[in-house]
Parts: sequence; C-alpha cells; structure tokens
Amino acid sequence: MTALADPTTVSLATRFRWAVGDCLALTRRNLTHVRHVPEKLIDVTLQPLMFVLLFAYVFGGAIHVSGGSYHEYLMGGIVVQTLAFAVMGTAVGLADDIRNGVIDRFRSLPMARSAVLAGRALADTLSNLIALAVLVIAGLIVGWRIDDGAGSAIAGFALVLLFAYAMTWAGILLGLLVRTPDAAQGFVFVVIFPLTFVANTFVSTPDLPSGLRQVAEWNPISAVVAAVRDLFGNPSGLPADAAWPLQHAVPVAIGWCLVILAVSVPLAVRRYRVATAR
Amino acid sequence: MTVHRTNLPTISAAGLGKRYGDRWVLRDVDLDVAAGTVLGLLGPNGAGKTTTVRILTTLLRPDEGSARVAGYDVATEDARVRARIGLAGQAATVDELLSGRANLELVGTLYKLGRRAARARADELLERFSLSDAADRLVRTYSGGMRRRLDLAASLVATAPVLFLDEPTTGLDPRSRGELWDVLRELVAGGTTLLLTTQYLEEADRLADRIAVIDAGRVIARGTPAELKARVGGERVVVTLRSEDQLAAAAGALAPLAAEPPHSDPGALEVTAPVTNGTTLLGVVRALDEADVAAADVGLRSATLDDAFLTLTGHATDDLKEAA
Repeated sequence: MTALADPTTVSLATRFRWAVGDCLALTRRNLTHVRHVPEKLIDVTLQPLMFVLLFAYVFGGAIHVSGGSYHEYLMGGIVVQTLAFAVMGTAVGLADDIRNGVIDRFRSLPMARSAVLAGRALADTLSNLIALAVLVIAGLIVGWRIDDGAGSAIAGFALVLLFAYAMTWAGILLGLLVRTPDAAQGFVFVVIFPLTFVANTFVSTPDLPSGLRQVAEWNPISAVVAAVRDLFGNPSGLPADAAWPLQHAVPVAIGWCLVILAVSVPLAVRRYRVATAR
Repeated sequence: MTVHRTNLPTISAAGLGKRYGDRWVLRDVDLDVAAGTVLGLLGPNGAGKTTTVRILTTLLRPDEGSARVAGYDVATEDARVRARIGLAGQAATVDELLSGRANLELVGTLYKLGRRAARARADELLERFSLSDAADRLVRTYSGGMRRRLDLAASLVATAPVLFLDEPTTGLDPRSRGELWDVLRELVAGGTTLLLTTQYLEEADRLADRIAVIDAGRVIARGTPAELKARVGGERVVVTLRSEDQLAAAAGALAPLAAEPPHSDPGALEVTAPVTNGTTLLGVVRALDEADVAAADVGLRSATLDDAFLTLTGHATDDLKEAA
C-alpha cells in the first residue's frame, strides 16, 4: 500500500503548499464553529456595542477631550479594547480543543503541526474583524468619522489588523498556559480589563491623578489607541507634555505588536509541543 | 536498506518504557506485528494499552526503548510514520461543532486526498457506519455510539497501511460491534496491519492473529488466541453453593475434572475452574453429587479477561486497579 502525504518524499514547494492547505483547512474549521455557534462572537460584538452606547451617551457628557468630539475620540479606544478582550475567545477555543482530544486526532495525521496554531490565529483574526465591522458601523451611526484621507485610513486599518493578529497569538499562548476556560476568563478580568481602562481608552490622560497618569501613558494599549486615533484623524486628546510613547504613537504601537508576536509565537509553539505530548 | 524493510515486521517495539515522575506506566514492552496481521493488545484499564498506542502513533515519546512502524522510527521519523497510519483513540476525538460529514472531509483534506476524493470517501464511510442520516447534523447531537462510529470512520479515511484502534468497540452496541469486526476483517484481508487494544478476550479471540496480554505496564503473556486459550482454558465451570463450609468439598470434587486447581470465592460462595476438553455439565453434577455437595447452581461459561488474569498473574483484575 502507498504512503499518504509523506512530507519527506515531496519537494519543498509541495510541502509548503501542503502546510498552507492544512492551515486553511483548520481556519475553515474554526470559522465553521463560529457559524454554528454564533454566541462565540458575543464578547466581541454585543459587549463593545454596549460600551459605545454607554460611553457615548451615559458617561460621555461628563468626559471632555481637547480638540474635538468625544464620540470620535471614543471609537479608537473601543476598537483596541475589543481586540484586547478577544484574547479570551481564542484562549477558550484552544483550551477546549486540547481538552476534548481533537488535537490528538490532528497530531496523528500527516499534516503540518504548525497548522493547528496558525489556523487558529488566522480564523480568530478574521472573525474578530467581522465583529469590528459591526463596531465600525455603530461608530459611524454615533458620529465617528475618518477625517484624515484614504491613505491614512488604510494605514489605520492595517494597524488594527496587526494588533488583532498579535492579540490572537497572545490568546493562543494564554489558552495553552491556562488550559481551562474559567482560568482564561479570570486572566482577562484581572489583567486585560485594568490594562484597557488605566489608559487613554476612554479618558485623556491629563485627567488622571499623577502616578496613574504615568502608568497610563506608558501602557502599550495607550500607544495603540493613540496611533489608531492619529491615523483615523480623530481627536487625540494628547497633552503637550505627553510621555514619549504617545508622542510617537504609530511606530511605538507597531513596535509593541511586533514584540507581542515575537514573544507569543515561539512560546506558544514550544508550549504546544509540551502541552499536547502527555 | 529499503530492500530489507519488507522482511521486517510492520510494527516493532523493543524495550518501550514510559514514566511519569517515578512511576513507570510502561516498562520493557516488546512487540512485533507482521504485515497484514492483527495484534490484539489485551489488558484491563490502566494496564498501559493507551500509552503503548500513543507512543506507536508518535503522540507520545517513550522514555526508554524504541519502536518502528511501517519501517520508520516513531521518534526520529515521526512525519513518515504519520503518513502511513490511521488512529482511532480511546476518547472519541471528533469535532463536536462540525457535522459528521465535515469531520470526515476535514480529515480527508488533511490527508491531502483532494476535495472531491475527500467528499466521496466521507460519503462512503458515512454509509458504511450507518451515519448517512445524521451526516449533516452537528456531532454535538450524536449519541455515544454514533460518535464512536464516526471516530472509527475518521481513522479509515485514508486507508492507511497500518491502523491503530484503541478499544474500538467500547461503547458500541452488539450490532455495531459485529459490523465493525466485518469492516476490520475486510481491511486486514486487503493487507492492512492492525493493532487493536481491547478489554474483551472474546474480541481479541475473534479478530487477532496474535495476542499480547499487558498488565501493570508489562507484557505478561503472548501467543496466538489458541495458545492463550489453551493456557487460560476455554470454558469455566461455576458452582454456586448454599453455605461456605462446602467450598472445600466442591473444590475437591471439581479438581479431577479441571485443567487447573479450582478457585474458591467465599464471598460469592462460588468455586470456579477451567474445564478440560470433554467435560460435560452432567459429569460435573455427578461429581458434586458423589461428594455430597448441595449446589445452588452449576453452569458453564466462556473465559473472560478476569479468568485470563487470574490464570496468568495469580490475581484478579480488580486487585490490579486498587494497586495502581
């Protein structure tokens, strides 16, 4: 009988094509899950919509930012917060896969081992972008606009995409480390939640007490939020004496995304080997 | 080097060992399975069957020893091994949030069958495992037996030359079990090499060319089903008594008819013994009557895994679980 898909007998090009095919097959599988269980997207759709309404109409009246409308200021913050919270969905999905043995099936097949993680990253990035589209429409309804031309807007969306991808890998690492959905939820509440609030997400940093203001201005989330606002041409709310990362928000934000990827990807790959080989 | 491969066993393991901390769950396991034959790995829960399968299918690295499957080393040539095996693990490893059909198509895609072939193969297997009606339902809605059948179908998607099935019939009703046995016989007749684990002596007897009995991580007996049954004894006579003080008398009466010394169980008021060929129920009753033993019940039954363990290890499988 013949061997099946033996990667050692084919050319490098075929191997690469197979690996891409494996990754796409698993991406499709994960997206099919979302289609069958749309509740999975609640965290990244309904919750941000609630924040939009809450901050635009309830708290918004009490918050002032220099140089423009609070509704326009708000959107950059909520987009970044949504993507940061999305690490939970990714972590839970992966922890579930490992727990119920599907990963064992994949690992016994002649497929690229990297495809399980890469497919998860791609699928979750795509489904988070679908959720973001909903958010953008909501933003447009409450008065958010892109005010800085097409080129800059494209750069803005590219940065959002990069951040979404980086956060997905952070979620993969989290899912491999915690192994249970409850623990993933706990981590998001204890770490991500304060991280996205002690920042320029909803208020401008000079309004914060000293000490907290410094934390907020050096917070990576703030840099990403400031960069998104900058690229979309929204009011930045930046004080003249803002900390260095906020003065150079776009390169700093890109840098943070790359750092997250540079840390998460190799650690996740290594952890995956250990976590699944029991 | 490839020239000699055809003469080698398709699955061979030498001195396999695996430990967690200080505890060895597998030790000194040697196995050889010739091409196109079936090895039944027989043992109770926790004996090391699943660990063995996981090592041979590259899911787990052994701490000791080495193994080759289809001519390749499971530790150093794992990708080549995976291209030649099918696996149905003990836990049904199917995707709950996909339909049965989508599960099989995904596996076909990952085996690089191509989209059309993957779809055709999925249809064929769904039909063969009586899942056609449920093909487009989410696996989440399947019963335990249906999941198990889908899992087995998934292991057959690629008609791999070497197949590993870990307790394939656990959770199947008798009809599905019979159907699966037919499918497996067909595959083996077509040249597939099969390693299956089971807790049922009967299943190993029906399917396997050779059996390895595994206990507490070690192979304690091996041979053809006939050889093993000759050692274990085919049928058992079971005498149930009314009072404990008759146990010795009953054992004494059975001894001349038995292949091995009778085993008395005071708790159940039972005396059990493997019978020799030609012993009839009538002969047993007569012998008991002559010894003035008033039995509540006398019966013959075929040997079980428990009997095999009792004979081979001198202790029952339940003791094992407690010791583990």
